[in-house]
Amino acid sequence: MSSQDTSALISSSAPPDDGAAPAAQPPHNWLRAAAATPGVLPVATFAAILIVWEAAARAFAIPSFVLPAPTRIAGGFEAVTAGRWIEHIWATLRVALIGFAVSILVALPIAIGLTRSRILSACLYPLLVVIQSTPVVAIAPIIIVVLGSGDAPRIVITFLIAFFPLVVSMTTGLMATPPELIELSRSLRAPVSREFTQIRIPYAVPYIFSGLKISITLAVIGAVVAEFVAAEKGIGYFIQFSTSFFKLPQAWAGLGLLVFISLMLFQSVVLAQRVFFPWSLPKRQP
Amino acid sequence: MTGTAPDALRFTAVGQVFAAAAGAVEALRGVDMAVRRHEFVAVLGPSGCGKSTLLRLTAGLLQPTTGEVRVFGRPVTEPRDDVGIVFQKPTLLPWASVEDNVVFPIRHRHGRVSRTEREEAREILATVGLEGFDKRLPAELSGGMQQRVGIARALLLDPDILLMDEPFSALDALTREEMGFELLRIWQARPKTVLFITHSINEAVLLADRVIVMSERPGHVVRDLPVPLPRPRNIVTTQSKDMHEFAGHLRAHLLKRAA
Repeated sequence: MSSQDTSALISSSAPPDDGAAPAAQPPHNWLRAAAATPGVLPVATFAAILIVWEAAARAFAIPSFVLPAPTRIAGGFEAVTAGRWIEHIWATLRVALIGFAVSILVALPIAIGLTRSRILSACLYPLLVVIQSTPVVAIAPIIIVVLGSGDAPRIVITFLIAFFPLVVSMTTGLMATPPELIELSRSLRAPVSREFTQIRIPYAVPYIFSGLKISITLAVIGAVVAEFVAAEKGIGYFIQFSTSFFKLPQAWAGLGLLVFISLMLFQSVVLAQRVFFPWSLPKRQP
Repeated sequence: MTGTAPDALRFTAVGQVFAAAAGAVEALRGVDMAVRRHEFVAVLGPSGCGKSTLLRLTAGLLQPTTGEVRVFGRPVTEPRDDVGIVFQKPTLLPWASVEDNVVFPIRHRHGRVSRTEREEAREILATVGLEGFDKRLPAELSGGMQQRVGIARALLLDPDILLMDEPFSALDALTREEMGFELLRIWQARPKTVLFITHSINEAVLLADRVIVMSERPGHVVRDLPVPLPRPRNIVTTQSKDMHEFAGHLRAHLLKRAA
C-alpha cells in the first residue's frame, strides 16, 4: 500500500510541473510567429541592410564612386533604355545557358567513360585536373584571339569554368549505385547501356543536381568573364563600360541584375529537380 | 521425375581465391555440397567465411578458381538469369513504383514489359502480402515491406533457385521473425530450391530442411545437418523442445570452432 501512496504522490506532483512550462513564455511572441513564416526573416534582413546602407550613404555623404546609395543605384537603371537592357541581358543569358548546356553534354559522356574504364580514368583524370587548375580568366584572352569574335569563344570560356564540377558530381553519382543492383544487372545479362540508362544514371540524379546547381552559377561567371575580355554587349560588358566612364551607380545596377539572374537560374534548377525528380530530394522535415 | 535426376545445385571441391592489393585472399577451400530440387538449405557460418561467395558462384557472377559448380547437372559458366537473388538490403529503385520495381528484371533484360507480365507482378505482390501497394514508392514502405518487394522481384522470373543473402538481417527482431514465417508461407505456395545465407542459428533452424555449417576463412563445409523438425512450421515450432535442442546443438558446434 505504501508504494501505491508514493506513486500517487509522484503522479499528483507531476501535473503542476507540466502546467508551469507553457506559462513561462517569452514576451516576443510576434518574433516567433514571423520566424515561423517562411521567407519573412530573409526579406526583413535584406530590407534592413538596404535601409542602413541608404541612411549611411546619406548621413556620411559617401561619394557615389565609393558606394552609391540604393536609391542612386535604382536610378542607374534609367541610364539606358529598357530595350538596351534586354539586349544586354539576352547576350549574357544566351552565352551562360549555351555554355551550361554544352557543359552537361560534354560532362556526361566523360563521367560515363571515367566510370566504365579504369584505363580511360587514368588517362583522362589528370588532364581534367590540369584544365581545372588553369585559371580560365588568364586563358580567356588567348581563347578570344584564337576563336575570334562572336559567341563561340565566350561559350568555350563559360564551358571551361562550368563543366568540371559537373564531371565530378556525375562521376561520384554514377559510382554511388548499390553494387547489388549492378550484380543483378549482370546476372540478367542485360546490355551495359541499360545498366547506365536504367540504374546508374537515375541513381546519379541527386548528385547530378548538386553539380548542376554549382555549374549554373559558374556559367554566369564564365559569361561575364568572357565579356570583360572582349564584347560589345552583355551585362559584363556594360559594367566594364560604365566603370571606365566612372558611372558607378549604373555599374552597380548591372551587378544587381547579374545577382538576380544568377538567383533565378539557380532557382530554376532547384524547381526542375522538385518537379521532375521529387524522389531524389532529401527527406522533407515533418 | 526419375531417380537419376541431377541435384539442383552441386559444388565439387570448389576453391575461390581473390586477388587483393595485400596479396591473394582464399575465400573458399574444397567446398563440397549438394542441394536437391525444392530443398531449403541454410548456410550458417561466421562473418567473412565466404558465404556470399557461394551465392555469387551459383548465380554465375563468379567463376570458381578450382573445382566445379553445377546447376541441374550443367556447369555454371556465365551469369544465369534463372536464379532469383534477394540481397541483404532491399536495393529497390527509389524512383520506381513497387510494381515497376518487381518487373524491373524483365524491363532490364528485354527493354519492355508486357501487360501479362505486369498482371503476374501484381499476383506475386499479393502472394508476398503487398496487394494494393503496387503504385507506392519504396520510400513509403517500411523496411519489412521493402524486403517483401525484393522477394517479389526475385520470384518474378519464376526461378528454380532462390538465392537469399542474409535477407532479413537489416530488419528489427520482430519484423525479422515475422518475415521468416512469411517466407515459409511463400515457399509453400511457390516451391523453390532455396539457398539461404544467415548467421542467425534460430532463423536457420526454423526455415531450413538442412543446415550447412561453414568454417572460418578459407571457408569449407564443417557440418551438414538435416533439421529434425516437422513441417509446416509455425510459432509453436519456435517454442518446441526439439527446436531448442537442435539450435543448442548447432550453437555448440559454432562456438567450439570459435574457441
